[in-house]
Amino acid sequence: MTNQMVGIEINDLHLSFGETEVLTGVNLDIQPGEFFAFLGPSGSGKSTLLRSIAGFGPTPRGSIRIGGRDVVNLPPWKRNVGMVFQSYALWPHMSVRDNVGFGLRERKMPASEIAPRVDAALELVGLTHLADRMPNQLSGGQQQRIALARTVVVEPEVLLLDEPLSNLDASLRVQMRRELLALQRKLGLTTIFVTHDQEEANTTADRMAVLDKGVIQQIGTPQVLYDTPENLFVAEFLGTANILGGQVESDGGAKRFRTSAGDVLPLSDGHEGAGSIVLRPQNMQIVDQAGADTLPGTILHREFMGSQVRYIVRTSGTEMIVDQFHHIGHDWRDTGSDVHLKVNTNEAVIVAS
Amino acid sequence: MSNASPHNTGGPSLLDRLPASIFPRVTGLHASALIIAILLIGLLIIPVFQVIYVAFLDPNTGALTLQNFVDFFRTSLFRESFWNSFYVSAMSVVFATVIALPLAYITTRFNFAGSVVIQSLGFIPLIMPPFVGAVAMQLIFGRNGTLNLLIEEKFGVNIPFMEGLNGVILVQSIHYFPFILINLSTSLRNIDRSMEEAAQNLGSQGMRLFRRIVFPLAMPGYVAGAALVFIKVFDDLGTPLLLNVNNMLAPQAFLRISSIGISDPMGYVISFILVAFSIFSLWASFLVMRGKDYSTVQKGGGGLSRRDLRTGEKIAAYVVVAFILILVLSPHIGLTLLSFATIWSFAPLPDGFTLQNYVVMWENSKQFITNTVIYAGIAAVLDVIIGTAIAYIVIRTGIWGRKSLDYLATAALAVPGVVLGIGYLRVFHSIDIPFTDKPMASWWVIIALALMIRRLPYALRACTAALQQVSLALEEAAESLGATKGSTIRRIVIPLMSGGILAGFVTSFATAAVELSATIMLVSSESDAPLAYGIYLFMQTPSGRGAGAALGVVAVIIVGLGTFLSQLMIERDKKFKSTDQSH
Repeated sequence: MTNQMVGIEINDLHLSFGETEVLTGVNLDIQPGEFFAFLGPSGSGKSTLLRSIAGFGPTPRGSIRIGGRDVVNLPPWKRNVGMVFQSYALWPHMSVRDNVGFGLRERKMPASEIAPRVDAALELVGLTHLADRMPNQLSGGQQQRIALARTVVVEPEVLLLDEPLSNLDASLRVQMRRELLALQRKLGLTTIFVTHDQEEANTTADRMAVLDKGVIQQIGTPQVLYDTPENLFVAEFLGTANILGGQVESDGGAKRFRTSAGDVLPLSDGHEGAGSIVLRPQNMQIVDQAGADTLPGTILHREFMGSQVRYIVRTSGTEMIVDQFHHIGHDWRDTGSDVHLKVNTNEAVIVAS
Repeated sequence: MSNASPHNTGGPSLLDRLPASIFPRVTGLHASALIIAILLIGLLIIPVFQVIYVAFLDPNTGALTLQNFVDFFRTSLFRESFWNSFYVSAMSVVFATVIALPLAYITTRFNFAGSVVIQSLGFIPLIMPPFVGAVAMQLIFGRNGTLNLLIEEKFGVNIPFMEGLNGVILVQSIHYFPFILINLSTSLRNIDRSMEEAAQNLGSQGMRLFRRIVFPLAMPGYVAGAALVFIKVFDDLGTPLLLNVNNMLAPQAFLRISSIGISDPMGYVISFILVAFSIFSLWASFLVMRGKDYSTVQKGGGGLSRRDLRTGEKIAAYVVVAFILILVLSPHIGLTLLSFATIWSFAPLPDGFTLQNYVVMWENSKQFITNTVIYAGIAAVLDVIIGTAIAYIVIRTGIWGRKSLDYLATAALAVPGVVLGIGYLRVFHSIDIPFTDKPMASWWVIIALALMIRRLPYALRACTAALQQVSLALEEAAESLGATKGSTIRRIVIPLMSGGILAGFVTSFATAAVELSATIMLVSSESDAPLAYGIYLFMQTPSGRGAGAALGVVAVIIVGLGTFLSQLMIERDKKFKSTDQSH
């Protein structure tokens, strides 16, 4: 199963359900062979965007080019885009073999060619022995693999996965996402993966797009999105973030951030004006001595999480989440004690607001 | 934790310390299960087996024999009746399908404004007992009915819509098509959109998509509906009787028993055939549907996608729906006209209109109506009590044999009313009413008990559905706060089930009120007769038809109101539950 790898270009895509616009001005450029993720909360439009690439739902305005061909006005059956549904959508009245062979029969392929192709696809997902079962005799993970085999057997140009892991239990989810990635690499298929789970996106995607309210908030590699979020939504959606409002000021040559509560933190760089500072829980240390780059606070609450200890610290502005690595013999801070938070300001990100 | 039954007193009592294997704990639930089992065996199993047993007995010597069956198939009238019953049932399924299929397809696949009309249209025929509409249908579609008079005037031909078996087929398919419509629409609606989309994604579309994905997935619903129609028509006594079609199985059984007597073996042979066919069709539909729970709707999924109709298609759809609507409403229209008619004979419409029929009806049928309220009331009260008890025993307890209670009660569905009636006549013929020396078979209480058994499956289903909606945690919460089993059931379970129980009561009451096939066998004197039997009596004479139609209108109103109320209660209950419980 070799494929001519194709890219996907989406230009100024708008889509409405009646009066409500669910996708607004979507622009995307997905590289051939890339494993791309759409990440966002429910209702963000990520599934709608995926479905519009497959040709389901109302016809959008704008263009979707797959390998250079605009498919916006093509019906689903003429797009050659493979989609794996969240519910797997295995037809309960057909055996596994018939399910997997369906697309090939639709393509009027002679039965003598269908059988070996189906066997090859089942082998690819390691379920050759289940060929004659009915879908309701399979476990969730097996159904997932059959759905995948049914989709890749027709050699689509693009593979679309709609929350493929959400119906599996936690341990199987980790295993399946590795298998998915391995399969994608093996087939070299340009793949889009929709999820609301940032861990899934982070661990599998080459690049991803974070969506909210039908608008793409940021596109990039998982690391770029985590380290340099462009707005508060991305900052808060990916991982845990402490956000302090305030403004960047200039004190002679040196820049500093003044929080709305009046605390001041030195900065290495930044544009002057109103903004927010984003501090990850691991960007701060709890210390006893006040300094130029510390904020005063009181420990409100402590949670032991194994590799680290999470403290909730009340500062003058807000409550901050601070993670400290746990080492044997290391003393924990008691709740109620007054401490200072030393901020690694070169790791902090300023987001304009 | 959750399985241990908590005790609200301090230490374990002496009883608790005895080994359970030697001294089984007998609770109120065990006692109820036993009583219900005895009732069901006495009132359902024994009468039915008695009927089957007698079918194999030599009427003179009392020896076991197959001679009765040989005699049956040697008699040309019985062979003809057998074939006619089969033919009428099969054709009714065909015509019911012809009516139901376009309606189901239009409502589930297209955005069609008339869908609401179709939804209610699906219920209208069911609120009229078929035999009530039969006479009215004669006046509209019969040889000298409205339609044929008009056709004859224009084209000089007469179409035998209502001649002999045709009439039965027409009345039955108009009355029973909703079973197919409801089942087929439900299974179409239960197909998840992704089933269709996955096929489109793999290159399928149009008729091929329908044939290979949609139709096979909807098949179980269709088979369930069609099997139901087949059985109902095969077993029905009232419609052929009122249309004066006697060469079918159920009327033959009735006529043999009522004219020759309860010792004539042919009635029993026919009963055996009716039961065997019922069980066979249920079994066949079960085989077809086994392992095919195709309901695939996912959370957030909304059934098949619907598309808009083009203008031409929309007009065609409205024409089809309007035509079917007129056809389906014709018994109701005919009945209403007849009930207000002075004379309606050899004319497209009645000669004049009057309220006299209602006056006559009221004067002559007070007794019928009172009897109906008493019989159907007793039957429905017993039904919901037994239904609730069985539902609780089956779902919430581990009592040995609890499933068989459910099966026993549901088995009543497979027993035609005629057969139950004959069984009661036979069994209770030789048992006297307590403290008297008259046989129980002619006692009115027997009619109420027969209705109770006939409607128990409906009530049981309503109660089971209601109990399934009550979370087990709500009971466990009460028990962990010290409530005993009995008090938990009384104060938590039954109040939460009340909507479903009430709906079950109303359904049982309304349908028992118009039951004819079992009651016609059991009514021994006119003073004991219920409403359905009254309609039958009125309709026997041409002069009584108007009053009979008026009584028919009363029956339709009772069933219609009952259906409406039970829907209302189920809806209200759902709303109450959804605001009350977060899940």
